[in-house]
Amino acid sequence: MIEPLLKMRGVKIEGRSDDKWNPIINGVNLTLNRGEVLGLIGESGAGKSTLGLAAMGYTRDGVRISGGSVEFDGIDLLTASAAVKRDLLGKRIAYVAQSAAASFNPAHRLIDQHVEAPMQHGLMDRSESEEDGMDLYRKLRLPNPDEIGFRYPHQVSGGQLQRAMTAMAMSCRPDLIIFDEPTTALDVTTQIEVLSAIRDIVTRFRTAAIYITHDLAVVAQMSDRIKVLLKGDEVETSDTRTMLSAPTEEYTKSLWAVRSFLRPAKPAVVTGTVPQLSIKNVDAAYGDTPVLHDVSFDMHAGRTVAVVGESGSGKSTTARCITGLLPPTAGQILLEGEELPASYKKRSKDQLRQIQMIYQMADTALNPRMSIGQIIGRPVQFYLGLTGAAKRKRVDQLLNQIELEPSEYFNRLPSELSGGQKQRIGIARALAAEPKFIICDEVTSALDQLVAEGILRLLADLQDDLGLSYMFITHDLATVRAIADEVVVMKDGRVVEQGPKAEMFTPPHHAYTDLLLSSVPEMDPDWLTNVLKERGVDNIGDAAVDKM
Amino acid sequence: MILWIAATLIGMGALAWAFRYAGQQITNQAPKFRDMPFGVAYGYVLAAFCLGWLVWAYMQGRSSDLATANKFFFLRIGIEGFIIFAIAAYLFRLAGRSIGTAWTRKMFREMPLTAAFGILIILIYAFVAIFAGQIPAKFIAYSASLGLILCIGLFLVGAPEKRVQAIGIVAVAFALTLAMYFIGPIAPYGQEQIIPGVAANITPGGDPALGGNPDFPLGTDQIGRDILSRLIYGAQNTVGIAFATTFLAFLLGGTFGFLAATFGGWLDQILSRMVDVLMAIPSLIFALLLMTIASVWAPRLGIPLTVFMVLIIAVIDSTRVFRLSRAVGQNIVVMDYIEAAKLRGEGFGYIIFKEILPNATAPLLAEFGLRFCFVFLTIAALSFLGVGIQPPLADWGTMVRDLAGFVNYAQFAPMAATAPLLAAGAIALLTVAVNFVVDWMLHKSSGLKE
Amino acid sequence: MDTVLKIILQRLALGIVTLLIVSVVIFIAVNMLPGDFAQAILGQGATEESVAAIRRDLGLDQPLVTRYFGWLAGVVQGDFGSSFASANAASFSGTTSGTTTVAQQIAPRFGNTMFLAAVTAAFAVPLAVGLGILAALYRNSVFDRATNIFTLTSISSPEFFLAYVLILFLAVLNPIFPSLSNIYDGMAFGERLNKSMLPALVLTLVVTAHMMRMTRAAIINLLASPYIEMARLKGMSPMRVIVKHALPNALAPIINVVALNLAYLITGVVVVEVVFVYPGIGQLFVDSVKTRDIPVVQACCMIFAAAYILLNLTADIMSILSNPRLRHPK
Repeated sequence: MIEPLLKMRGVKIEGRSDDKWNPIINGVNLTLNRGEVLGLIGESGAGKSTLGLAAMGYTRDGVRISGGSVEFDGIDLLTASAAVKRDLLGKRIAYVAQSAAASFNPAHRLIDQHVEAPMQHGLMDRSESEEDGMDLYRKLRLPNPDEIGFRYPHQVSGGQLQRAMTAMAMSCRPDLIIFDEPTTALDVTTQIEVLSAIRDIVTRFRTAAIYITHDLAVVAQMSDRIKVLLKGDEVETSDTRTMLSAPTEEYTKSLWAVRSFLRPAKPAVVTGTVPQLSIKNVDAAYGDTPVLHDVSFDMHAGRTVAVVGESGSGKSTTARCITGLLPPTAGQILLEGEELPASYKKRSKDQLRQIQMIYQMADTALNPRMSIGQIIGRPVQFYLGLTGAAKRKRVDQLLNQIELEPSEYFNRLPSELSGGQKQRIGIARALAAEPKFIICDEVTSALDQLVAEGILRLLADLQDDLGLSYMFITHDLATVRAIADEVVVMKDGRVVEQGPKAEMFTPPHHAYTDLLLSSVPEMDPDWLTNVLKERGVDNIGDAAVDKM
Repeated sequence: MILWIAATLIGMGALAWAFRYAGQQITNQAPKFRDMPFGVAYGYVLAAFCLGWLVWAYMQGRSSDLATANKFFFLRIGIEGFIIFAIAAYLFRLAGRSIGTAWTRKMFREMPLTAAFGILIILIYAFVAIFAGQIPAKFIAYSASLGLILCIGLFLVGAPEKRVQAIGIVAVAFALTLAMYFIGPIAPYGQEQIIPGVAANITPGGDPALGGNPDFPLGTDQIGRDILSRLIYGAQNTVGIAFATTFLAFLLGGTFGFLAATFGGWLDQILSRMVDVLMAIPSLIFALLLMTIASVWAPRLGIPLTVFMVLIIAVIDSTRVFRLSRAVGQNIVVMDYIEAAKLRGEGFGYIIFKEILPNATAPLLAEFGLRFCFVFLTIAALSFLGVGIQPPLADWGTMVRDLAGFVNYAQFAPMAATAPLLAAGAIALLTVAVNFVVDWMLHKSSGLKE
Repeated sequence: MDTVLKIILQRLALGIVTLLIVSVVIFIAVNMLPGDFAQAILGQGATEESVAAIRRDLGLDQPLVTRYFGWLAGVVQGDFGSSFASANAASFSGTTSGTTTVAQQIAPRFGNTMFLAAVTAAFAVPLAVGLGILAALYRNSVFDRATNIFTLTSISSPEFFLAYVLILFLAVLNPIFPSLSNIYDGMAFGERLNKSMLPALVLTLVVTAHMMRMTRAAIINLLASPYIEMARLKGMSPMRVIVKHALPNALAPIINVVALNLAYLITGVVVVEVVFVYPGIGQLFVDSVKTRDIPVVQACCMIFAAAYILLNLTADIMSILSNPRLRHPK
C-alpha cells in the first residue's frame, strides 16, 4: 500500500474574536494521495480556506491549530521547526491565492517573483529558472510567454495574473498545490481559460492538489474527489462522479438541488401593450467617458427581465439611468408610456415610489443604526402617510410577507441578522413603497446558494401575488435560467442580444452570447473537456504528446 | 564610559545566548525557545536589566543618605505614582465590572487597564474642574431643572429601560451637586488671593523644618498665592476653556464638513481649497500671528484676549475637524442606504440627521478626544509663551512659566522643584488620559470592522 | 517617465500656488491691525506730519494691492523690510543707517534652527523607523504595548513638560548637558552640539513618538497584505520577507511619515527654543510677537509656512516616485 502524501487527522482550528477562541474547524480528517486532486467545497464560513492553509502548517494571525495532526510525506508539520517548514513551503507545497492582483508584490516584476522560490530553495540558478518560467507561461497559454514575465503585476490582466501565479506555484514542481478559490474573482469567460490551464498543468506534472471553491460546477471539473464542509465539520467525502450522481447526506443533496429551481416561462407578451417601463436609445457617460451606447429595451407588467453581462458591461449603469441617479446624455425612460424626468431630483414622489431598488450588498443597503421596524416603516410613513398603529400593522404585514416573524424582528438592528435575512429586509423596504417595478441588482450574488435560492423563490412568489415586474441584473446565468421571462445581453455598454428566455437558451446566437453561455460551468464533470473540444483547443492532445 | 557601555551590551549578548540555550535545554526544545531569534532573547535580557536598574534606583531614593535620596527623589516619586495609578485604575475597573448596567459592565470587562486609568483621570479632572470654587445656588437650580426636562423628555420618547438609567444618573448628579454646595469649594483659597501675613515662596511639602507651612501643602508662589488652589482653579480654567474651544471647532468644522460631503460639487471644492490653504500654515505659528493682531485689537474693543484666543484656535482647529468629518461623511454618503433614501425623495435634513450623523458618532467622538488634546496643548503652549490665557485667571501653562526657575533647586530642595512640574504634569496627565481612552476606542472600532 | 514628470510638475505648481495664497493670507492678516506701521513706529505722541512722512517713506500710502506686490517682490529677493524694533531705535538716534533689516536678523537664527532640526532628525529618524518596524513585527507583545504606552505619553505631554523633566534629570540632578543653549557664531562644532543636546533630545522624544506610531501602523498595514503572506508561503526567510517584499513597498509610507513629522518639528521648535533660550527663529518669532514687531512676525510666518509646505511637497513627490504603478505605466 502506498503512503498518502498528506494526512490530516482530527484537525481542530480556532480563531480569536472578542477575546475568546472560537472554533473554526472541529476535527476534520483529510487524506490526499500523490497526483490526486481533492475538491474542498462549502459555503462562506465553512472554514475551507483555513483548512487549506492548515494543510501547509500555516495559520493566519489570530488563528491557531488547537488539535490533531498534519503529516506531509511523513513530516509532522505541526511540530516541525520553522526552518524545516520553510524548506517545504514553496518547494514541495505551493499555494495559489484567490486574488492574484493582491498576492503579487507590486514592486517586483512577475519573473523576479517567479524565480525567487527555485533560487532560494537552491534548485535552479536564475537563468535556468527564468527559462523554466517562460516555458511554464507557454504551457499555461499566456500571451507573449517570453515577454510577459518582465512586466509588473499591475500591467497584466486578472486572468493572466492568475495563470502567472499558477506558474509560480509550479516553479519548483511541488508535490502539492493548494488552490484557494483561484477563479472566484474572474468573469466567466476568463474563468474557463484559467480553469483549463490549471487542470492541464496539474495533470501534466501529476501534482496533487487541494482545490477550494464554493462553486459546485467548478469543483466538478477540477477534482477527482470532493469533500463537503459545513461550519467546520465534514459532511461527506466521495468520488466526484458518485458525489454528483448519488449524494448521501441531506445537506449535500440540498446543495445540488439549488440549481433545479426553475420557474415556468410566462406566455409571450401580447404585441401592442404599453410596456410598464421602457428604455429608448439611452446613452450615458461618467464625466467624459461614455459607458452606455444606444441602449433600448422594454419591460412589461408582471414579468422579469434579466439583464446579463460581465463586469463593466453597463448593467448597473443602466439601472442608475432608470432610477435617475445618472441622468442619460441622450434618450428617454418611459414609465407606462409617460416620459420620466432624467434626474431623480425632478421626479414626483409618486414616480419615485413606482420604481424601487434592491441592492447587492445588504450590509451597505441598510442603515446599521436603524432598527428593522424603522427601516421598513420609513417608506410606509413617507409615501403612504401611515403613522402609529396603522404603520405598525403595515410593517408587520410586510415582515410576514418576507417570512420573518414580526414580534421577533421588529426591534432588531441589521447587525443582528444573517445575510439572507438582511436581503429580505431590503425586499420588504422596496415592497413597503407599493411599487410596480423593482430593480434587483445582483441580489443573490453575495449569498450562499441555499439562501440565494430562498430569495429567488420569495421574489417569484411576490411577483405572482402582487403583479410586480422585475429588472434582474445578474452575471449568473443559472439565476437567469431560474427566474427570467426575457433576457437582455449586454457587453461594453451595448445591448448585444435580447429576447424571450426560451429563445435565448437555444442556438443560434450572437457570437458573444454564445461565448458567455458556453462558459458557464455545468455540473457535468465532462463539461470542460467537451467545451474545450468544441472550441477547438486541443489540450488533451497537447498533454498526450508530452507524455510520450 | 563608552567602554563600560559597550562591555555591558556585549555582556548582555552573552547572557541572552545563555538564556536561550538554557531555555531550550530545560523545556526540551519547546517551539517558543527553539524558534526564538537572538534579538528577542536579547530583548528579554535588556528588559530584565532595565527593570533591575529601576528597582535599584527606587531603593536609592529611599536611602537614608539625604544627598543620594534627593538625587533619586523624582524617580522614586515617579515609580510610586506609576504604581499607585495602576492600582487605582485596576480597582476602578474592578468596580466598573460589578456596578452599573449590563452595557457598562460589559464595556469595563473588555477594557484594558490604560483605558480604565484614562476614564478615572478624566472623571477626577471633571469633578475638580466643576467644583473648584463655591458653586452658586443658581447653578443648582439650573441643573435641577435641566435634569427634570431631560427626564420628562426621556419618558415621552425613550425606551423603558433607558428611563430608569436616566433618572438614576440625574439623581446622582443632583445629589452630588447639592452635597458639594454644602461642603464648599475644593480649593482652599481663591485663585488670585494673596493671603495676608503669609510669605511668598513657601516650599511645598508642608514641613516647617524645610521652609514649608502645613496650611499650604504645595507652598506659595513668588507673590504669595497658594499653589494648590491655583492648580485646582487651573483645572477649571484651562480644561474649561479648552473644552469650549474644541466644542466650537467641532460645531464649525463638523457642520461645514458634512455639508461639503453631502452636497459635493462647488461648495465642497471651495471649502476644501480654503481649508487646504489654512492647513498649509503650521497651526501654532498661525495662532501666534493671529494672537499678535488680536492683542492689539482686544483692548480697543474691550473684549478679553482670552475670548479672541478661543475663537482663533477654534477656527484654526476646525480645519482639521472639517477634513475628518468630510471624509467620514463621504464614506457614509456612498453607502447604498443613503442612495435608497435619496431615491425615496427624502429631504436634506432627514438624510443628514437620520442617516449620516448616527453613523458618524463613533469616529467623531474619538476625533473629539484627539482634538481636545491638541487644543489643550496649544492653549498650554500659548499660555506658556505668555500670549494665551491672561491673568487674573489661574492657568497651568502660565504657572509653569512663572515657577520654572524652581527646577534649578532640585538638587538641594527636591520639594521646591515639584511645583512647576506639578503644573506641567497636570497638563500631561489629562492628555495622556484622553489619549489612552481614544486609543482604546479606535482600537475597538477598527477591530469591529474585521 | 512622462506621466510621473507631469504629476510632479503639477504638484510643484500647486505648492507654489499654495505658498502664494498663504502669503496673501499672512499679508492681509497683518494689515488687519488697527492704525498702521507708521503710527506703531512713532507711538502715540507723533505729529500728523511726521506720521505722513514715515508713511510715504515706507510706501504705506499706496493701495493694499500695490503694497502686497511690493512686499512679495521683496520677499522673493530675500528682503523682508526693516524691523520695527530697530526702526524705533533708529528714529531715536536720528539716523537711518543703524536700521537692521529683518533679513539680517533672521539669517543667523535660521541657521541655528536648521542645525537644531538636523541634529533632531539625525537622532529621531533612525530611532523611530527602527522601533516602529520592531513594534510592527512583534505587535501585541509586551514590547509593543510598552512602547505604545511610552509613545502615547510622550505625544500627550506638552513640550515644556518634557523639557523641564530632561533639565531636571540631565542638567540639574546629573549635570551632563547645559540647560541653557547660548549658542553664538563661530562656536566649535562639538561645543555647539553639546549645548544643543537637550533641546534636540526633547524634540527627538516628541517627534520619535509620532514617527514611530505612524511607521508601525504603515508596516502593520503592509504586513497584512496578501503578497507578504504569499512570500511566507513560498518559504522565504523572515529576513527576506522584510527586506525584499516589505521594504520596497514600505519606503513610500515611511518617507511620507518622516517628512510629515519634520514638518511637525516646525511647530515644536518654537516652545523648545523658548525653554532653552536657544537663539533660533522660533525664539525670535515669540519675542517679536510679544513686542508686536510686525515685519519680523510676518517674515517668520512666511518662512515657517514655506518650510512646512516644502516638506509636505517632498513627502508627496517621494511617494509618487516610489509607486511602481506610476513608475511603470501600462
